[in-house]
Amino acid sequence: MSATTTLNRLSNGSFALVKEVMAEGLTRRRLLDLGLVPGTKVEVIRRSPAGDPIAFNIRGAVIALRRDVAGQVLVSPWK
Amino acid sequence: MGLTYQSTGQSTTREIFNALADHCDYAIALAGNPNTGKSTVFNALTGLRQHTGNWPGKTVQRAEGSYIYKSHRFRLIDLPGTYSLLSNSADEEVARDFICFARPDATIVVVDATCLERNLNLALQVMEITGRVVICVNLIDEARRKKIRIDIDKLGKRLGVPVVATAARSGEGMPRLKELVSDVASKRVQTKLQPVRYSQEVENAIARLEPRVQAIVGNSINSRWLTLRLLDGDTRLVHTMENYLNTGETVSVMPVVQEGLV
Repeated sequence: MSATTTLNRLSNGSFALVKEVMAEGLTRRRLLDLGLVPGTKVEVIRRSPAGDPIAFNIRGAVIALRRDVAGQVLVSPWK
Repeated sequence: MGLTYQSTGQSTTREIFNALADHCDYAIALAGNPNTGKSTVFNALTGLRQHTGNWPGKTVQRAEGSYIYKSHRFRLIDLPGTYSLLSNSADEEVARDFICFARPDATIVVVDATCLERNLNLALQVMEITGRVVICVNLIDEARRKKIRIDIDKLGKRLGVPVVATAARSGEGMPRLKELVSDVASKRVQTKLQPVRYSQEVENAIARLEPRVQAIVGNSINSRWLTLRLLDGDTRLVHTMENYLNTGETVSVMPVVQEGLV
């Protein structure tokens, strides 16, 4: 079992598996609808110049998430 | 104004949505994620005889068109592209309200063959509201190029609704799509839905609440789906119902909601 971190702390080009979505309410619904359910593999593609938002590859689509939202997704780094 | 809704109730719901104007035999909704080629499917079916219009009280645009298949006229309503029906953005509400309250004779869910998994979320959400669904696995030509193979028969069996692979750009699969839509809309083919099962705790709550919800709304809305939304705490939906159903029903469902929320 590798260490748990949050989606916003991963470096560009790295992969992680979703462990838990901690967000509540509509944000939670939104993240789940985007495919961020436990077990999903996510790739960090790039960051905007200010470091926020961050672009992820989630199930074949590039999705940008704000840092505070990405921070609510628990992941374990992959490989 | 309000008198027409209240005095005539749900029978006018379709007229509010203007879904069955111009003596059409069947109303067909077209749903799908953004960028799945939904509009291409729409144009391939209707031959680009579309005009755009507005939803009542909304600024979100919709496209409508019609086509004739085996001497029946099908009216096709292109809903906004969404990932979900539950997140309460304006687009999603339009799509949800139409499927839920206008109750089209069939709903085509267009999914992207190259990323099927993420698209099935919406398909399952639609199938929780209505069983009269045809899944259109579009962009199958692109999937082939990417060496993605999709077992259409198996997908259909697992979902319990008709599935067809299409490449709307070239017209591949469109005759079959029309045939399946006609089968579902006319009830020639009965779909065999496998309802999504939730955790035991949630299923227990549904079992307790659903009979009471059903007693109030009858068959006007899928009671299991409405029960789930109530458990979700979606009180906005209840207020939306006021516009489309007898207000009496909404008032009487509210105490059940409050109880469900405790």
